[in-house]
Amino acid sequence: MTVINQVKLVLPAKSINESYARIAAAALAAQFDPTVEQLADVKTAVSEAVTNVIVHAYRDRKDGKIYITMKLTQDGRIVIAVRDTGCGIADVSQARQPCFTTAPGEERSGMGFSIMETFMDTLRVSSRPGRGTTVTMSKRLR
Amino acid sequence: MNLKLMEDKGTLVAAVTGEIDHHNALLLREKVDRQIAAMRPAELCIDLSGVEFMDSSGLGFIMGRYRSMAGLGGKVSVKGAKGRVEAVLQMAGAYRYVEKIEGGNPV
Repeated sequence: MTVINQVKLVLPAKSINESYARIAAAALAAQFDPTVEQLADVKTAVSEAVTNVIVHAYRDRKDGKIYITMKLTQDGRIVIAVRDTGCGIADVSQARQPCFTTAPGEERSGMGFSIMETFMDTLRVSSRPGRGTTVTMSKRLR
Repeated sequence: MNLKLMEDKGTLVAAVTGEIDHHNALLLREKVDRQIAAMRPAELCIDLSGVEFMDSSGLGFIMGRYRSMAGLGGKVSVKGAKGRVEAVLQMAGAYRYVEKIEGGNPV
C-alpha cells in the first residue's frame, strides 16, 4: 500500500466534533474527485465511527480523545482509522450485529457498524476491553 | 441543523434542514418532544426533504419518536428523504415502522 497523502487528527471526544471529523474526511477524499454518493458514504461511515467513540468508548469520561488517521493510497483508496483509548468492546462480533446497542435509553439504533460495513468496502474492528478500540475502514474512490 | 414545527389538521409536521448527527439529534429530540407534549398530535410527520446528511443518530431519533407516538396512540410518517439519507432509512428497515409519504410539496 503506497500512501500518497496522509492526515492525522486528534480531537476531544465531544459531539460537536462529529461534523468536523466527517468534513475533514470528505475534504481529503475530494482529492480523488469522487462522486457525491461516494463522499456521502465516507462522511456517514466516519460519523458513525466517531459517534461510537463518544457515546460508547468514553461513556463516563469527559477527557477522552479521538485519534483519526486518514490515508489516500496510490491505487485510489481512502483508508481511515478511528482509534480511542476508552472502555473497549468485550464481544466485537456481537457489537457488529445490526440493531445491537448497549445504550437503548439514548435512542441509539444499533446500526452504526452495519452502516460502516455497507457504505465502505472494508471494515476491521480490533478492541481490547479496558484499553480501547480501533476501527479501520477503506473505500475505493477511483 | 434547523427545525420548523407546523401544525396541520392534527398532524405535527417537523421539517428538518441541514445535517442530523448524534450532536444535533439531541437538540432535535428536545424540541420535537416538547411540541408533542404540548400538542398531543395524532401524527408526527418528519419532513427530511431539506436534510443533506443523516447517520444512525437520525434513525435513533425517528425510532424513538415512533415509540413515544405509539405510546400516545399516534403514528409517525417520514417524507422527502433522498440519496444516502434514504439509503440509511432503507437499510435499517425504518419503513416497517413509520409510513413513507411519497410526493407532495416539501413544507
